[in-house]
Amino acid sequence: MSTGVIYTETVVHAAPAEFVADAPYQLAIVSLDSGGRLTARIAGERVKIGDKVELAETRNGTEFFRKLA
Amino acid sequence: MADAGVSPSQIEAFYLGNFAGPSFVGQNHLAPYIAGSLGLVGVPCTRFEAACASGGSAFFHAVSSVAAGLNDIVLVAGVEKMTSQTTPKVTEILAGAGDMAGEGRAGATFPALFAMIAKRHMYQYGTTREQLAAVAVKNHANGAKNPLAHMRKVITMEQALAGKMISEPLTVFDCSLISDGAAAVVIVPLERASEFTDQPVRILGIAQTSDYVALDAKADITTFWAVREAAEKAYKMAHVTARDIEFAEVHDCFTIAEIVATEDLGFIKKGEGGPYVLEGRTRLRAERPINASGGLKAKGHPVGATGVGQICDVALQIRGEAGELQLDRHSLGLAQNLGGSGATAVVTVLGAI
Repeated sequence: MSTGVIYTETVVHAAPAEFVADAPYQLAIVSLDSGGRLTARIAGERVKIGDKVELAETRNGTEFFRKLA
Repeated sequence: MADAGVSPSQIEAFYLGNFAGPSFVGQNHLAPYIAGSLGLVGVPCTRFEAACASGGSAFFHAVSSVAAGLNDIVLVAGVEKMTSQTTPKVTEILAGAGDMAGEGRAGATFPALFAMIAKRHMYQYGTTREQLAAVAVKNHANGAKNPLAHMRKVITMEQALAGKMISEPLTVFDCSLISDGAAAVVIVPLERASEFTDQPVRILGIAQTSDYVALDAKADITTFWAVREAAEKAYKMAHVTARDIEFAEVHDCFTIAEIVATEDLGFIKKGEGGPYVLEGRTRLRAERPINASGGLKAKGHPVGATGVGQICDVALQIRGEAGELQLDRHSLGLAQNLGGSGATAVVTVLGAI
């Protein structure tokens, strides 16, 4: 599940209480190359639908993906 | 109950739609709590929770019990009290209607889930921000004429597009309201309706359906499969087609949700919901008015009350009691209530006797 393609994304400005300090942050549904989809956060550069991404890290149980060069 | 001329002693069961009373106000066991305040005791009182379709679900189960012959006179209510919490707290409580172990853990809010639906709909069908905003402009225009609307304020396309960003591409004007509210209806068998009113409204068809809770578990997020299924079943039960429906109250929790609903209900082809609203075809007194009441967008969205409120609005139109919002063609209407990002759907077809 280390690589995939952005199926859809958004940048969250109004965050739930737990994530207010992180906002604005980008959230995406990634179509994994290994099959299935995963809702994850985006680290670094903003992504758009169709962009290829790879898993950058897992923090507090949440996967962070980054754009593949 | 006053409208139906029914006293508490005649009610045989009470069905309550409520999403998150325990989280919003710290009160559990809400059905007997509310029934007790009406002096209604001794009968089954049950709370139904199906996220934003809690009211629709309570209504569906109440109709089922009457149709099965188990009860004759039942009361259905929906209620939510949301404004006593801060917006981040409300956002957190609402997020609990999603998959908290997956999308919730990653920081998804309900606006974020519908923003991702909007982005994908824009990508696949060329839907534009102006088309989304057209839903808000229309529903605010309708709501301004509804004395029971939470926000009676007309907005312009420019204002809608320039609203504060909530979750891209959705601005505050693409989102329904955080509201307090309640609605109630009395259901009786058709053959007894004349005992209570000379203007009964007939439930011609109804269905509740379900789908996966997590948005990322759905094959295509530009459509609510559960809504399509519920519509198909409700139309079949009512012996009508989408074409026959004269007007509808649909679940516009976000502007994109109304666009997707008009497609899934079969009013317009998939992908053409954006132009359908921007061209004005769903305005008051246009070919098929959608959300004449102002919808969740302007009338407000007290979550658990919404599904029952929609039934009330369709019923008022059918009875010709919608005041300034009264439509010209009002003999066959539809209500569509959605829970979460499509895990519960309730579709009801209502008509004049």
